[in-house]
Amino acid sequence: MNFAVLQFPASNCDQDALHVLKNVLGHSARLLWHKDNSLAGFDAVIIPGGFSYGDYLRTGAIARFSPIMRAVQAFAARGGPVLGICNGFQILCEAGLLPGALIRNRSLQFRCEQIFLKTASRDSPFSNQIPEGKILRLPIAHGEGCYFADDAALEQLQAGRQILWQYVNAAGAQTDQANPNGSLRNIAGICNQARNVAGLMPHPERASEPILGGADGRLIFESLLSWLQNKPAQAA
Amino acid sequence: MKAKIIITPKKAVLDPQGKTVANALEQMGYKGIGAVHVGKYLEIELPAGDKESWRRQLDDACHNFLSNPVIEDYSMEIE
Repeated sequence: MNFAVLQFPASNCDQDALHVLKNVLGHSARLLWHKDNSLAGFDAVIIPGGFSYGDYLRTGAIARFSPIMRAVQAFAARGGPVLGICNGFQILCEAGLLPGALIRNRSLQFRCEQIFLKTASRDSPFSNQIPEGKILRLPIAHGEGCYFADDAALEQLQAGRQILWQYVNAAGAQTDQANPNGSLRNIAGICNQARNVAGLMPHPERASEPILGGADGRLIFESLLSWLQNKPAQAA
Repeated sequence: MKAKIIITPKKAVLDPQGKTVANALEQMGYKGIGAVHVGKYLEIELPAGDKESWRRQLDDACHNFLSNPVIEDYSMEIE
């Protein structure tokens, strides 16, 4: 499979994502600069973490107007899978590809730690290979990861099983204490209605090899690979 | 001409900055202060011209870019 990893000024998880896709999973992946404007030939898009454009105005607010994001909009509209990690999640929300917004952490602190996640829906290109009931342990590193959407949007997310991951404690209980940033309903990651665009605040690309202290993140990339390999052939 | 735009978090949105500032004010002895909301202020310099046309354009810019309607409200004055 051929992955595009987008690179904005001040992206800083781009190389990690590239490393996992190429060296850990053995697939083809290439960095695409924010001024590029074509995704022709790519099977999936990863929008990595960082601080695109200094996160001026709001996180993701400027990145969304990059030429490459027009190509991402078109790619997503055709059903192509797009995964936004951390800043990538914020960009997808600002771009309107995902509902809601990510605001300043409830604690006002930048949180850099290991958290636990439960997979609320395994029915997505990004979560289908995660074993039922498995609690994922992944790192977070963000100051603005508090997920917000109004009540109607939250109900829609819940009813549409668009909530993919929620913060839980090590035992799998969804408690307020296990919520590192104040996200409503402990939301850590969601997908769109069509299920081909997803975003999450935790960093699977920083936890895909045992040498890094955990490989749970690999399950998310393996889900995407499995989905790509099994989906019916379609015109790109 | 100048546009003055004030962006504030929506009431339903958690505003930990505002809450922290309110707590600090209380501790400093400013008793009886209600909720504090921390927002942004933008000043945009404009060439002299059609005020209503600028208002329409900037209203559009506020809605699509300068504020995020999911989490923020804005108000604008042109003078």
